[in-house]
Amino acid sequence: MTPEDLNNTITAEREKQESFKHHICVCIAAGCLSSNSGQVKTALEEEIKRQGREHECHVKGVGCMGLCAAGPLVSVEETGTLYQEVKPEDAPEIVSSLGGKPVERIKGPAESPFFTRQTKIALENCGKIDPNRIEDYLLAGGYQALTKVLTEMTPAQILEEVYQSGLRGRGGAGYPTGLKWSTVAKAPGSPKYVICNADEGDPGAFMDRSVLESDPHRILEGMAIAAYAVGASHGYVYVRAEYPLAIERLQNAIKQARRLRFLGNDICGTTFSFNVDLRLGAGAFVCGEETALIASVEGRRGSPRPRPPYPAERGLWGCPTLINNVETLANIAPIALRGGAWYASIGTEKSKGTKVFALAGRVRNTGLIEVPIGMTLREIVFDIGGGVPDGKRLKAVQTGGPSGGCIPEQFLDMPVDYESLNKLGSIMGSGGMIVMDETSCMVDVAKYFMEFCMTESCGKCVPCRVGTAQMYDLLCKISEGRATMDDLKMLEDLCDLVKNTSLCGLGQSAPNPVLSTLRYFREEYMEHISSKTCPAGVCTIKVPREVSA
Amino acid sequence: MWTEFGSTTPPSSDTRWRIVGATMRRHGYRPNALIETLHTVQETFGYLDEEALRFVAGALRVPLSQVYGVATFYHFFNLKPQGRHTCVICTGTACYIKGVPAILSAIEEEYGIKPGETTSDGNISLVSARCLGSCGLAPAAVMDGEVVGKLTPLEAIKRMRRWTK
Repeated sequence: MTPEDLNNTITAEREKQESFKHHICVCIAAGCLSSNSGQVKTALEEEIKRQGREHECHVKGVGCMGLCAAGPLVSVEETGTLYQEVKPEDAPEIVSSLGGKPVERIKGPAESPFFTRQTKIALENCGKIDPNRIEDYLLAGGYQALTKVLTEMTPAQILEEVYQSGLRGRGGAGYPTGLKWSTVAKAPGSPKYVICNADEGDPGAFMDRSVLESDPHRILEGMAIAAYAVGASHGYVYVRAEYPLAIERLQNAIKQARRLRFLGNDICGTTFSFNVDLRLGAGAFVCGEETALIASVEGRRGSPRPRPPYPAERGLWGCPTLINNVETLANIAPIALRGGAWYASIGTEKSKGTKVFALAGRVRNTGLIEVPIGMTLREIVFDIGGGVPDGKRLKAVQTGGPSGGCIPEQFLDMPVDYESLNKLGSIMGSGGMIVMDETSCMVDVAKYFMEFCMTESCGKCVPCRVGTAQMYDLLCKISEGRATMDDLKMLEDLCDLVKNTSLCGLGQSAPNPVLSTLRYFREEYMEHISSKTCPAGVCTIKVPREVSA
Repeated sequence: MWTEFGSTTPPSSDTRWRIVGATMRRHGYRPNALIETLHTVQETFGYLDEEALRFVAGALRVPLSQVYGVATFYHFFNLKPQGRHTCVICTGTACYIKGVPAILSAIEEEYGIKPGETTSDGNISLVSARCLGSCGLAPAAVMDGEVVGKLTPLEAIKRMRRWTK
């Protein structure tokens, strides 16, 4: 598609949308869909017909608006009114109120800190555009970055912009994206591949799912720009089979992008060609690790291999391969359009830009948020999250999933960035943030994550395969009140061993939840061991009964 | 029974094999289409049996040992038939701390099945998922394809009882 064609399509779409006076947006991402937003949408459409206002009212399905706890969410575009927990029965009232006063009864907190304190870059289109229509994405400025990069910039220039932006990998490790891109660009050999890692395995994290369901074209555009920068002509999106809705929307988006020539041969009238295929995961957490992911794309068991050589030099089928996380790629189009310096102006000195978090657990406003890196945990949990419900006290915030750790209350004023979290024994991770109150037992939480790592270990290297099982047994012993101080010592030794000798990131980070809870909640472990009680009342103590004579 | 390499003739006259054949054809019968093909088999037949594994191995020219390795490595693939109804309980962190253990024990008490098991009459399969990504609605479950959020033990049993009548 040439720039002129693009302009014509956008103009036609704008005229079409402007012909309606009122736009009602209904969230059709997985969260709201499961609380019946599909029926709400149908009810609204029927009500508009019944009132005979089809010519001036338009209902569109949009992606995630963020506040999943209060779904289904409906918003009125021109006034910014937000309705929460909408039922199909509310449709007549909502439609009648258009152009007049909003329905107070179901009005949501559109002005609350949950919305006003966020800075949206990766999620800027989520909750605004219809994920099933490429025209809506184009109207929101979509594919302009790709057109600009292909027609006005050399690969070296876009590499420089990404490098300048200071963007770091959003999958968890935080490796500088610009550096990764230039390594692949410099690597000899062809063909080269671009892979989008959408194997979001961390329990408690749903950022990638939301982005894929709400704004799939953003990812395709990011991939195409990456491919141009590094010289690749083929890409894969590796997505979890557990996300059927995300898969459906991605497939649809790929088809549309091919039709309008944003994917395929001679993109935007240039000689650049790039194709994208979908590859489905099959429920293996370890496949989030780069080398295991590559094995899985090649149709084999997802076992990691030692690095180096890194995938940037020898990846898919032995060719140089760029692997980026969904959220990383979602940041590419804005960086290309507005420049690396603009992106670098947000965030802290070493961690630039924004980060998407999935806020869940014992917090009032569960949902998806995007904040500048460097915001404190307190602001995130209390201002945006609305604090802990039911008058309970916050005990810890868990970040980074099974590879991360628990941050206790006294560190709430630490800024959330890669370095600070590492210092506290946790990691930024992919963005899961689980709030726990006093009803959670930290030994039980450590046991939960160890059970996860034990079952998800691929079994290739001994420290991870055997070590996680041994650590899980010890944690069971502690939680059941059967452990001694020797067991605790053994657990600490094993943590050290597994951390330092495992082959891949899964094993190397598996001890983190144990280490961080031991660091900050040691007294809870001690109570399980010496007084045989669980302070939170979660664990079932199984002290052997004394044999009566 | 052996595996015939390169043979694309389905093991039976069941027309559903055409769907599986179409997936392999789309990928040019390349060995790297193994996982995609197994997905299609499971979608079509509900599970992967020996006959299917042998057929896929032959058609894609992948050793049967490797096909079996892949089918058992990934949790998503079932080697046994599933119950008529499936209840997937999310055991992600958010769901866990919001009370999934209680839901699982309630189901075990009512039906005598643990995650990964099927009732003896083949009616209900209980599956645990790592994370459904619906943490905002924790605890969450998928009952026969329908996502149910903010679940309680009582509500879970109530919904499952509808399947047994």
